[in-house]
Amino acid sequence: MTEVTELMRPEGEALNTKEVLLNLGPQHPSTHGVLRLVLELDGEYVERVDPHIGYLHRGTEKLAESFTYTQIFPLTDRLDYLCPPSNNLAFALAVEKLLEIEAPIRAQYIRVLMAELARISGHLLITGALPMDLGAMTALLYVMREREMIMDLLEMITGARMHTSFCRVGGVREDLPDGFLPKIREFCDIFPSRIRDYERLLEDNRVFLNRTEGIGVISPEDAIDLGLSGPNLRASGVDWDIRRDEPYEVYDRLDFKVITRDEGDCYARWRCRVDEMRESIRIIEQCIAQMPEGPFQIDMPTIAFPVDKERVHCSMEALIQHFDLSAYGFNVPAGEVYSAIEAPKGELGFYIISDGSPKPFRMKVRAPSFVNLQALFGVTNARYLADMIAVLGSLDPVMAEVDK
Amino acid sequence: MSVEPSLNRAPIMERFRQAIEDLGTAHGIEVFAVPPEKIVEFCRFLKEDPALKFNFLSDICGVDHYPETPRYEAVYHLYSLPNKWRIRIKCRLGDPPEVPSVTGVWRTANWHEREAWDMYGIRFTGHPDLRRIYMWEGFEGFPQRKDFPLRGYKDKLNPFGAEGPPPTQPDLATRDIP
Repeated sequence: MTEVTELMRPEGEALNTKEVLLNLGPQHPSTHGVLRLVLELDGEYVERVDPHIGYLHRGTEKLAESFTYTQIFPLTDRLDYLCPPSNNLAFALAVEKLLEIEAPIRAQYIRVLMAELARISGHLLITGALPMDLGAMTALLYVMREREMIMDLLEMITGARMHTSFCRVGGVREDLPDGFLPKIREFCDIFPSRIRDYERLLEDNRVFLNRTEGIGVISPEDAIDLGLSGPNLRASGVDWDIRRDEPYEVYDRLDFKVITRDEGDCYARWRCRVDEMRESIRIIEQCIAQMPEGPFQIDMPTIAFPVDKERVHCSMEALIQHFDLSAYGFNVPAGEVYSAIEAPKGELGFYIISDGSPKPFRMKVRAPSFVNLQALFGVTNARYLADMIAVLGSLDPVMAEVDK
Repeated sequence: MSVEPSLNRAPIMERFRQAIEDLGTAHGIEVFAVPPEKIVEFCRFLKEDPALKFNFLSDICGVDHYPETPRYEAVYHLYSLPNKWRIRIKCRLGDPPEVPSVTGVWRTANWHEREAWDMYGIRFTGHPDLRRIYMWEGFEGFPQRKDFPLRGYKDKLNPFGAEGPPPTQPDLATRDIP
């Protein structure tokens, strides 16, 4: 501290201040993980931000080159760990495009249902975490209560709370369990009133509004130039949602509204997510209503594991099939595919180059958080250090996805 | 995925007749091969042409085609928000790989290019800030190249790494923290 005060020694009439380098993170609650920001400060003003990432770099893309396609699903779980079902879905879709197959309709509904549950789970966290970054702790505790309900639902389907790995190439791992539909109906009934609770807690909260409204405005042109996607882009008034514009799975049969806001500030980004949760509930309700009976996995023994696990123990063919798929995997025709979905954070794309073997030659993850975090550079009107924390929180990066 | 109306290739091929190669459509995405010296001009044309408007850069990634030659490749994925089209630009690069940066066309290219530099050693000329992004400054080698061992090279911090040409590892205690 002596150094700083020395720098601020008055000289003549004005204070002779010098810029201060401040290291924020990698262990700091408001960096949402392990982000390190080197800030050049002029008093309370941020002159320059230099984000350092990579503290969580696990080399997902390099690892994937030595894994079979089925083995990669658990790796994708760990990208955006708040919403693993969407990551699984994005990867499964990319491989299915290469194989030129489609999952059965029931499986598609299950995947969409789970992806929307994941979206709610991801958005819930930011709904509570942004106010927490700004000093309002209460909201986070409420959203955790509802996230727990989603965790229970996911556990019911998959047996896992966090890393579900439920998708398979050509379908999903299992059918929905008995007693699941009443549970999720109950959730759909309760949840809208809970969203109302968060709104009541925050939308008239003067401190929260002062800290977010008009802060960190990103214009539509800047947002596109910076590659923002998902709710961050829609909060700047750009009406783009991959679910509607390039419909995958059964999204073209579902009726939902794409939420956009014109303000482009932190509040708009927060608000967009809150409203999207309502739409997700509508999608889930439609999925339950429309979901047909039928197989949950494609009928292709070369790709899909035997549906009836009992058969593996008493039929030689099923045993060989199971062993072959576990040990060797399945060949994927040579080719290249880029497939993107609307993940909770934005455009999640998988670019896969296959050389015809059961392992990808190259897998590139277009991680939305990675691109969204970069936009921290592009926000020019959030000059206070405290505002920058609000902008960072509202951009909602998940460091596991940033660092891949 | 039905994209309608589909992308008209004629004006693109017309304008860059000699320089670029049309690689057809692969799983719903139009693919073009462009030499590195044309990449900035081509991207700017795609972005600014009023009929195309590829204003959204989805992704830039490096690929190592070892042991083929030319060994490296930079792959660009663009999206046109008004037209809902996707396009892939492939740019084969020799060794050492070097390609002009498109940060002047899209600001979002900055980190994508830093990642490709970090992982594959593709040098993007004209990039404002070409530093490593995931690996630490002072790390040697490019981890996603096909000839880089999956577990890295053996040293005092990595006892499970592969034996081999150990890169001259700077002492972690003395390395310069930026």
